[in-house]
Amino acid sequence: MYKIINKRELNPTVTLMEIEAPLVAAKAEPGQFIILRTDEKGERIPLTVADFDREKGTVTIIFQIVGATTEKLNHLNVGDSLHDFVGPLGKPTHTEGLKKVAVVGGGVGCAIAYPVAKKLHEQGCEVHAVVGFRTKDLVILEDEFKAASSKFVLMSDDGSCGEKGLVTDALKKLIESGEQYDEVITIGPLIMMKFVSKLTKQYGIKTIASMNPIMIDGTGMCGGCRLTVGGKTKFACVDGPEFDAHEIDFDEAMARGAMYKQFERKAHEEACNLFKAEVK
Amino acid sequence: MPNMSLKKNEMPSQAPDVRNKNFLEVTLGYTPEQAVDEAKRCLHCKNKPCVGGCPVKIYIPDFIAKVAEGDFEEAYKIISKSSALPAVCGRVCPQETQCESKCVRGIKGEPVAIGRLERFVADWHNAHSTEKAEKPECNGHKIAVIGSGPSGLTCAGDLAKKGYDVTVFEALHTAGGVLVYGIPEFRLPKSIVQKEIEGLKELGVHFETNVVIGKTISIDELQEKYGFEAVFIGSGAGLPMFMNIPGENYKGVYSANEFLTRINLMKAYEEGSDTPIEHPKVAAVVGGGNVAMDAARCAKRLGAEVYIIYRRGMEELPARREEVEHAMEEGIIFKLLTNPVEILGDENGNVRAVKCVEMELGEPDASGRRKPIVKPDSEFVIDVDCVIMSLGTSPNPLIKSTTSGLETTPKGCIVADEKGLTSRENVYAGGDAVTGAATVILAMGAGKTAAAAIDEKIQGK
Repeated sequence: MYKIINKRELNPTVTLMEIEAPLVAAKAEPGQFIILRTDEKGERIPLTVADFDREKGTVTIIFQIVGATTEKLNHLNVGDSLHDFVGPLGKPTHTEGLKKVAVVGGGVGCAIAYPVAKKLHEQGCEVHAVVGFRTKDLVILEDEFKAASSKFVLMSDDGSCGEKGLVTDALKKLIESGEQYDEVITIGPLIMMKFVSKLTKQYGIKTIASMNPIMIDGTGMCGGCRLTVGGKTKFACVDGPEFDAHEIDFDEAMARGAMYKQFERKAHEEACNLFKAEVK
Repeated sequence: MPNMSLKKNEMPSQAPDVRNKNFLEVTLGYTPEQAVDEAKRCLHCKNKPCVGGCPVKIYIPDFIAKVAEGDFEEAYKIISKSSALPAVCGRVCPQETQCESKCVRGIKGEPVAIGRLERFVADWHNAHSTEKAEKPECNGHKIAVIGSGPSGLTCAGDLAKKGYDVTVFEALHTAGGVLVYGIPEFRLPKSIVQKEIEGLKELGVHFETNVVIGKTISIDELQEKYGFEAVFIGSGAGLPMFMNIPGENYKGVYSANEFLTRINLMKAYEEGSDTPIEHPKVAAVVGGGNVAMDAARCAKRLGAEVYIIYRRGMEELPARREEVEHAMEEGIIFKLLTNPVEILGDENGNVRAVKCVEMELGEPDASGRRKPIVKPDSEFVIDVDCVIMSLGTSPNPLIKSTTSGLETTPKGCIVADEKGLTSRENVYAGGDAVTGAATVILAMGAGKTAAAAIDEKIQGK
């Protein structure tokens, strides 16, 4: 069992949890992910590592409440335990030798973008962080990003915080103003990553996207997480989760990601009924 | 006087039309009377050809003699001298090509039903025995076993019986490997696997689930940091193959591994399981092995009309005869000499059909089987909303890629000598990780051999 030792609501639909998992904490690197189950009948869900503390033996995850499992997870509290917690899985983010990077995060994807920005910042890389949210209430990790970057741009869809507009608008402005990046790392909704990728392709800037498809085992066994990258089938769990964004077939990934949408919605409603919670 | 009936005693089973709607075990096992009667068909040949056909060399005529006497517990003791998992092997071993293929009674009539008797004896023991396995005195030597499938469980059991301090590491949340994620409940009830694992725990074997060797802990660390004197790799062959034809990534196309894992490990078909699965209306399973039969019969139980698409003919189907017969009885439609060339999707990226070509058999190829050749202008389309690719699996590269000095073949199989020793000192391997996808019993045999070699190495120090 894996004990929850810290829990914090980052915004009404996003929660941070610090989990006791010494073996995972000993090895985890930014970009890698874990798979958890809340209980014996639970499904296996992948979540990217948001932070880790090797000395304390803990791993931090940040999740958005989207389905039954995340709803259940959110109802657990400090002192409760997760049934299963396995990792670290996938390959770490490649950060070596990078001198100047734009980290572009969207929504809850910022939770994953943050440790990458932090690691780059710690190794002396110049980090520009561009983060986007729908609205002011959903902003997470603003202070953390500021601390890990030399330039921080906050965007919101409705203009309630930062600048009104999309992350691509901000990134385009930076590039046009003459900023030269070794690499752009983008983590967020597929549609956002698709457009970030489109933009950087025009400028010929190498871009890495972190993918979070449906998966079961996370070790290369089921093939449920397969994507088309550069015309070839890749498994996100073992070949990724990060890939060259200019090679990813985002449209296919979006279709595959929606496979269980209906099931997810229904299960989430049922879970909410169970907890007598409002469906958010 | 032996029972000279030319036929095996039939084993009672659920009627096809009933069982293809539930996940309960298909075959129900012999009654004690049926078992004793069948056991009397054994002629007790002097040269015991059946034993030669068994990869783990069970003393077959000896245990059958005890069944004939009605001493089932003694029969169990004889089997367990050679096999760690009799209730499993009695169900999933291909006896027809092993022990039973050598049986003298098979020359004229049907061989003795060795598999059914093994299953009966193991089930009888599990239902009646109150004896607890005695935990042997620990000899202080630590051994790590990677993977809790048939080879790992056998290796762990054999070493634990000799007093070794054995820890089994499993990547998934439940121990059992392919026995729990691959083989369906209706062919191998999970309670049986659970019972075998409980037995090993009584012997003192530790199980560490949720540990991916190569990711969570490396083999180097097992040896250097955690002090394991020897490591056995029984990580199986879990990497699914696809056909690399257009449309394979449409929604509704699964690897057999994914489809079976959702059903068997995650119990997605049960009320109360959080894991989703689509209930297809018409499913096509591509491939002709045991896994294809399992996937087809699972899809049937979810309510689908199911096709097996296989590029060779009935004679060439690699699945066990019994599995093919069961599948046919349950209403699976066999589209033989047929090969998919493209999967067609709708505007939302869902599978809507599979485009196939007809095949004919030419000259035998390198594998000795007749090579399937495409018939010209034979394209046709089958409307389906689900395609399950069951084309075989290869060993997972996770361990290979994180263990320096571990030699593998170009196909990714770990290289091991006849005792299971790999190119790394004190690291042994066996089962599908070495051979590529094969049978439960061969994996068990490899686990056994490696256990003996590890014991020899450590005691010889």
